[in-house]
Amino acid sequence: MNYELTHLRTLESEAIYVMREVAAERERPVLLFSGGKDSIVLLHLAHKAFRPASIPFPVMHVDTGHNFPEVIEFRDRRVAELGVDLIVASVQESIDRGRVVEETGPRASRNRLQTVTLLDAIAEHGFDAAFGGARRDEERARAKERIMSFRDEDGQWDPKAQRPELWNLYNGRIHRGEHARVFPLSNWTELDVWRYIAVEELEVPSIYFAHPRKVFRRDGMLYAVSPYVQLLEDEEPFETSVRYRTVGDMSCTGAVRSDADTLPTVVAEIAATRITERGETRADDRASEAAMEDRKREGYF
Amino acid sequence: MPREADGNGARADLLADAQADLLRIATAGSVDDGKSTLIGRLLYDSKAIFADQMAHIEEVSRRRGDGYVDLALLTDGLRAEREQGITIDVAYRFFATPRRTFIIADTPGHERYTRNMVTGASTADLSIVLIDARKGVLEQSRRHAFIASLLRIPHLVVCVNKMDLVGYDQAHFAAIEDEVRAFGARLEVPDVTLIPISALHGDNVVERSQRMPWYEGPPLLYHLEHVHVSADRNLVDVRFPIQHAIRPRDPEHHDFRGYAGQVAGGVLRPGDDVVVLPGRGRTRIAALDGPEGPVDAAFPPMSVVVRLEDELDVSRGDVIARPHNRPAVTRSLEAHICWMTDAPLHQGDRYLVKHTTRTVRARIAEVVNRIDVNGGSRHHGATELGLNDIGKVSISLSAPLMVDAYARNRTMGSLIFIDEATNETVGAGMISGVEAGTDAWKTSVARSPDVVWDAGGLTRERRWSALGVRGATVWFTGLPSSGKSTIAAAVEERLVAAGIPAYRIDGDNLRHGLTGDLGFDADARAENVRRAAEAARLLADSGTVALVSLVSPYESDRERARSIHTGDGLPFLVVFVDTPPEECARRDPKGLYARARAGEITGFTGVDDPYERPEAPDVVIASDSVEAAVEKVLAQLAL
Repeated sequence: MNYELTHLRTLESEAIYVMREVAAERERPVLLFSGGKDSIVLLHLAHKAFRPASIPFPVMHVDTGHNFPEVIEFRDRRVAELGVDLIVASVQESIDRGRVVEETGPRASRNRLQTVTLLDAIAEHGFDAAFGGARRDEERARAKERIMSFRDEDGQWDPKAQRPELWNLYNGRIHRGEHARVFPLSNWTELDVWRYIAVEELEVPSIYFAHPRKVFRRDGMLYAVSPYVQLLEDEEPFETSVRYRTVGDMSCTGAVRSDADTLPTVVAEIAATRITERGETRADDRASEAAMEDRKREGYF
Repeated sequence: MPREADGNGARADLLADAQADLLRIATAGSVDDGKSTLIGRLLYDSKAIFADQMAHIEEVSRRRGDGYVDLALLTDGLRAEREQGITIDVAYRFFATPRRTFIIADTPGHERYTRNMVTGASTADLSIVLIDARKGVLEQSRRHAFIASLLRIPHLVVCVNKMDLVGYDQAHFAAIEDEVRAFGARLEVPDVTLIPISALHGDNVVERSQRMPWYEGPPLLYHLEHVHVSADRNLVDVRFPIQHAIRPRDPEHHDFRGYAGQVAGGVLRPGDDVVVLPGRGRTRIAALDGPEGPVDAAFPPMSVVVRLEDELDVSRGDVIARPHNRPAVTRSLEAHICWMTDAPLHQGDRYLVKHTTRTVRARIAEVVNRIDVNGGSRHHGATELGLNDIGKVSISLSAPLMVDAYARNRTMGSLIFIDEATNETVGAGMISGVEAGTDAWKTSVARSPDVVWDAGGLTRERRWSALGVRGATVWFTGLPSSGKSTIAAAVEERLVAAGIPAYRIDGDNLRHGLTGDLGFDADARAENVRRAAEAARLLADSGTVALVSLVSPYESDRERARSIHTGDGLPFLVVFVDTPPEECARRDPKGLYARARAGEITGFTGVDDPYERPEAPDVVIASDSVEAAVEKVLAQLAL
C-alpha cells in the first residue's frame, strides 16, 4: 500500500474534520440546506462524520417562497431519509411581520431579503455556528474568506479583520450573540462537487439534469416561466432543453441549454465549460463589481 | 434513485479523473516581481480562468486605464485590495491537470503582511518564491525563503523570473543560483529547485523554453505535477488526536463507542496495541471506520473513527499513540512563534493555546530571542514580540499537552495563541526541542526551564539551582519478593553517600499509612499506584530522587505514574526487576507465596493475579548482582 489519498478523498476528510471540530466545540450548530448540490454534499458529509450516530444538529432552509417545487420536494425527502430536524425560515413571514419590504417590478427578487430572515432565525434559535456550502472558487470575495468565518452581533462579516487561519487549528471561539459561519467545502471546486456526487452516487434534484422547460431570455440568461417573474413586453417564452447549474430563486437563477441528462454527461459538461457557474446563471452577482462582498458584509450566506 | 452512468466507459473516465492527488502551494511576492502574472499564466494555461472572469478583469483594467490586463485582479478579490492595488489577505485559487489538482494560497509579500504569509504557508506542501533576474536575491526573497523554511514547507521552488530581460543568459542564472544555494544551505528545506522562467512570455512555465536550451530541468508546471510529496507525511509515529466521541443514542448501536479524529501521523491498524494519553491506559484498536466504511489502515490525513477493545476514560483532546512511540507529555515547551496582533507579547502574558484538539491556558515564561526575518540572525535579550515579529519563547501550560517537535510532525508540533478577552487568534507557534518517543522526558528535562504554573512562589528551577539538586523518580516494578526493595535501598544508600538527596517509598510501608485504606483489587491497586506516584512527584519536585518500590502489576497504572511525572516535566524511569516467579517464591521472606498457593490469601500477584510485564522499561534487572543493578540504575539516571 502507498497510503495515498486522492484529492477528492483528501477534501472529504478535511471537510469531515471541520464539521467534527464545530460539533465538539460549539453548543448549537445548524447546517444550512437549500437542496442545492453543495448543500447536498455538505449534508452527506455530516452524515458520514457522525455515523452511526445521527447528525447532532438540525438543518435549516431559508425559504424565499420562490423556489423550484422539484427542489422543495427533494429537500423534504432527503431530511426525512436522514432523520434530521428541518427548520424552515420563511422570507414570506419576514415580509408579513414587516421585517423586510418586498421589491416590486419585473426584476423583483427576494434574494437580498434572505439575509434578514437568515439572521433573525439564527438569533431566534440561538445558533452559534452555521455550516454553509459556499466554495472559494465561486466568487472573488469568497476566495478570501476563512473556512471558519466570524460574524459579529449584527451578523456582519469584516473582511479586513479576519482571524488568521493556521494549519488545521480552527478558532471558533465567540462571545454570546455572535456566531461563526463555517464552510467545509471552501477548497472544493464546482467540478469536485459534481465528481463527488457521481462517485458517491448521490441523488440531486431533477432540475440539475436536462429537461424540456418553458423559458424566456433576459440579460443574456434563460429564465423559467413562473408565477414569480413578470415578463417584459418584448420577452417571448419558448420551450427548449435546459438544466440548472445552480439552484436559487426562480426569479434570479438562470438555466443553461443542455442535453446532459446523466451524472457522467453533467460532469463532462462542467469539465468543458468556459464560464463560471455564477457568471452563467446568477443575476444576483451582477449588481456591481463587489456585489458578493457587499452582501456578505451584511450577513448573506 | 441516483441516475445511472450511461455505459462503463464514461464512468471509468469519470473515476480516472477523480484519482488525481492534491498539492498545496504557497506563493509570496509583490506586484512588480511578476507573481500575479505567473499565477495568471498557470491558471490560464490550465483553463482555470473562465471566459467571464477574463472579460471582467479586462474590463476593470481598461476602466482603470492600466494599459494591460492586470492578472492580479484574479486574486485580489476584496474592494480594499482592488482600490489600493495591493494584496492584503491570502487568496485561494484552484487549478487542475489530469495528474494533479492544485490549491494556490496566494499571499502578500510585504513585511507588513508576514502574518498572512505565515497563514498561507502553514498548510503548504511547496512554496514558490520569485526572484527578478535583473535584481538577484533581495532581502524580500530571503524573507520569503526563511518563512518557508521556518514553516517547514519541504519543497521550495525558486523561479528566476524575467529571464527575457537579461537575454536568457545562462551566466546570469548561474550567478543567482550560486547565491540562492549559498543561503539555501542555511535553511531547513530539503528540496530546493531553481527554474529560469519568463512568466510574461511563458518560458518554462507550462512549455519548455526554446530560448534557454542550456536549462536541462523541467518547466514549472511539470515540476509541480511530479514533485513527490506523499513521503513528506510522517507515516512512522502513530498520532491520533481525538476530536469527538461518537455515541449513538439508538438501541441498535447502544454499545458503540467510537473516537473520531484525523490521523496526524503513522499508520493505524485494527489489532494494534495503543496507549491513550495522558495516562488513560493501554488497549488495542478494535476497528477503524473511514468515510467510505471500515478500513484496514488509517493514515494522514484521513478522518476516521477508532474503536478500542477496552472501555477507557477517553475524551476530546486525548491522543492515541503506540506504547513504544509516544509524544512528549509536557507542561512546558519552547516554540518559535509569529506574532499576529498589534498588542505585543511580553514575558508573563497569559493566553489560551490550542494544540490539535486540546485548548489549555498558557503563560509566556520567557522571550528567548527575536529572529530577524530578513537575515535569520537571532537577537537575544528581546523582552517582547510585536506584530509580524518572529521569535522563540518558552511557555508553561496549565495542563499537559501531547506534543512532537514541529520539524518531526507539523500537526503535532503546531499551536495557536488565542486572546481570551477578544477571542482573536494572536499568534502561531511551532514547537522546537521536543523529541518523540518513550525517552521524551529526557529532552523535556534537559530543555524545559521547568517553570511551574504558580508563578508567585519559588520556581522549581530556582529551588534546584540554589540547593544544587535535581529531582527524579525511579519506579521499581516486579513480582513480590523479586528484590525491588533491596535494590532501591542500595541505590538510596549510594546516592545519599554522594550527597544527593534520595528517599525510598516502599509499597509495603505505604500500606501502613497513606494507602492503609486500600485493598488489593484492580481499582484499589490503581489508586495505590496513583498515590505513590503523586507522593513521588512531590518529592521529585522538591529536588529529591524518589525511589518507589511497588509491585504495580498493571501497565496502565505504571503509564499513569509516568504521565503524572512527564506531565509535570519531571524525569521518570521504570526499572523492571525481572526475577523469575520460581526464584521469587523460593526467596519469599514473608511466606506470602506459600500462603497464596495454599489459598489462605487471594489476589496475590504472580499466583492468582496477573503481572503485566512492562513493555518498555528503561532498565531491566535480570540475574544481576545488587551492585551491578545499582550501577545500571545510576547510569540510566545520569544525574
